[in-house]
Amino acid sequence: MLGPILETLIGGLLTGVLYALVALGFVLIFKASGVFNFAQGAMVLFAALSVARLSEKFPLPIAIVLAIGVMIVLAYAIEFLVLRRLVNQEGIVLFMSTLGVAYFLEGFGQTLWGSDIYKIDLGISKNPIFLFESVFPGGILIDPEEVAAAVICAILVTVLAVFFQVTRVGRALRAVADDHQAAQSVGIPLNYIWLVVWATSGIVAIAAGMIWGSKLGVQFSISLVALKALPVLILGGLTSIPGAIVGGLIIGAGEKLAEILLGPLLIRWFDLAGGGIENWFAYVLALLFLLVRPQGLFGERIIERI
Amino acid sequence: MSNPANTDGKAKEAAATPPPSDISAADGGVRASHSLDAANILSVNNIEVVYNHVILVLKGVSLDVPRGRIVALLGANGAGKTTTLKAISNLLQSERGEVTKGAIMFDGAEVHSLSPNELVRRGCIQVMEGRRCFAHLTIEENLLTGAFTRRDGAAAIRRDLDLVYGYFPRLKERRSATAGYTSGGEQQMCAVGRALMSRPKMILLDEPSMGLAPQIVEEIFDIVKNLNEKEGVSFLLAEQNTHMALKYAGYGYILENGRVVMDGKASALAENEDVKEFYLGIAEGKRKSFRNVKHYKRRKRWLA
Repeated sequence: MLGPILETLIGGLLTGVLYALVALGFVLIFKASGVFNFAQGAMVLFAALSVARLSEKFPLPIAIVLAIGVMIVLAYAIEFLVLRRLVNQEGIVLFMSTLGVAYFLEGFGQTLWGSDIYKIDLGISKNPIFLFESVFPGGILIDPEEVAAAVICAILVTVLAVFFQVTRVGRALRAVADDHQAAQSVGIPLNYIWLVVWATSGIVAIAAGMIWGSKLGVQFSISLVALKALPVLILGGLTSIPGAIVGGLIIGAGEKLAEILLGPLLIRWFDLAGGGIENWFAYVLALLFLLVRPQGLFGERIIERI
Repeated sequence: MSNPANTDGKAKEAAATPPPSDISAADGGVRASHSLDAANILSVNNIEVVYNHVILVLKGVSLDVPRGRIVALLGANGAGKTTTLKAISNLLQSERGEVTKGAIMFDGAEVHSLSPNELVRRGCIQVMEGRRCFAHLTIEENLLTGAFTRRDGAAAIRRDLDLVYGYFPRLKERRSATAGYTSGGEQQMCAVGRALMSRPKMILLDEPSMGLAPQIVEEIFDIVKNLNEKEGVSFLLAEQNTHMALKYAGYGYILENGRVVMDGKASALAENEDVKEFYLGIAEGKRKSFRNVKHYKRRKRWLA
């Protein structure tokens, strides 16, 4: 029994890394501008489409660099055409505007790049690796693509953490996240900061989109992955990068384990069909969290002096 | 602490002849004649500010800040002090406020349409009311954000950081403390130090005394005075603490309901009967009855 559980756990954690990547994009934008960017999923799709179509004409590394360019242009367009016009509007107005951006991007991505299913070949073997064959019968099966995803995610998070902690722009980003008007008063231009965060979350979207794309094929359903990022955000806290990672891991592992552990119990005790737990488990977990700890596991600590 | 030369000679003279000669009416010819003066680092000329396209908050405010001086902007809650400062620093735009009339000249150029960061780059920075330190950043990181607009390299910024620590030794002790957990006085020092990191020619200082113990207020005002004398930074100081502000400033303007109702040398204002009664809480002889408030209303010269 331990072997399959361990295998599910590892598989779940690796899937969780992908959720975390999408959630990371949300966190970056929310932290710096207080905008809940509903378009993050659409950005992942758009990024995946860009990489897929560009990699048909160029080698993959060049395609990625070009796709980064595309996402920066996109970030600039969103900043210039939408955010800048809506400065100081209510949060709900900004949220609605990102809804608009989301649907525009989903459609426009297909207009620009086509609406077939495309593939991204990361050059990673699709053959599963078996580990610990001597310990467990049959060993533990691991998808090398998911391992690659975890490595990419780790690198990305490290780079982001360094960027936030030590660079001048990173410091300014954190300042804006704390108090955007005070940041403006010391000469930090908000437009520029927004451009930087949208571009950064665009680049994170490329990473997420490439990995999802290579697993599932680049298609419309990728944008729905963003919905899985929502419980991750609630769990980890909307403003916390470590929260996005840990939340992603918990949700990823939790839903897979629930499927194999909770499923059989439901069948045995209540004579239910017992399937599909993976589909709702994350949301129930998130709801419970909302009741107990609404700011999430790692939500910004509210500093109060007494 | 304040300027001894002023408090004695001129003040007596001012008190002797009401209305004193160096207090002028807010509008009128006097202002027009010196608003173009190059000796002024800042001159605000008859500005009107409207919030949300309908609410008229400033109804024609004019003031000048001579280069290298401290000028106080006084008035009660809601008089328009903060709005005036934000109009100058262009932070109004982010509050749906708008300067609809008048002109603001900083360092010889019209700055009305500039962004706040361009203005900081030109040397005019605001220290906002209530400190507004970045709570999750350390004190040192807070100070460094003030240098965001600078392009003169890490070494120069490092030097200025030491300079700021020289003026605020407390900040040096607490450099790695999270700003949100430091005391109110330390946060105010941090906010002023942060502004200083942009190498400003002028600081718009909004209510530095708010919520601080009198001793700390004194300490901060002393540092302001020090910065003014040693670094040549000009200050426009919005304060409710009239007593403190007039002690450290050279000149003062009094705002009421979005208009300048009185201005003059700080020493003269401090001796003015109306200012004494309404802003400093010192009444001559017995308490005045509310009927006599009429006498004060009559003195609002802009009504004439």
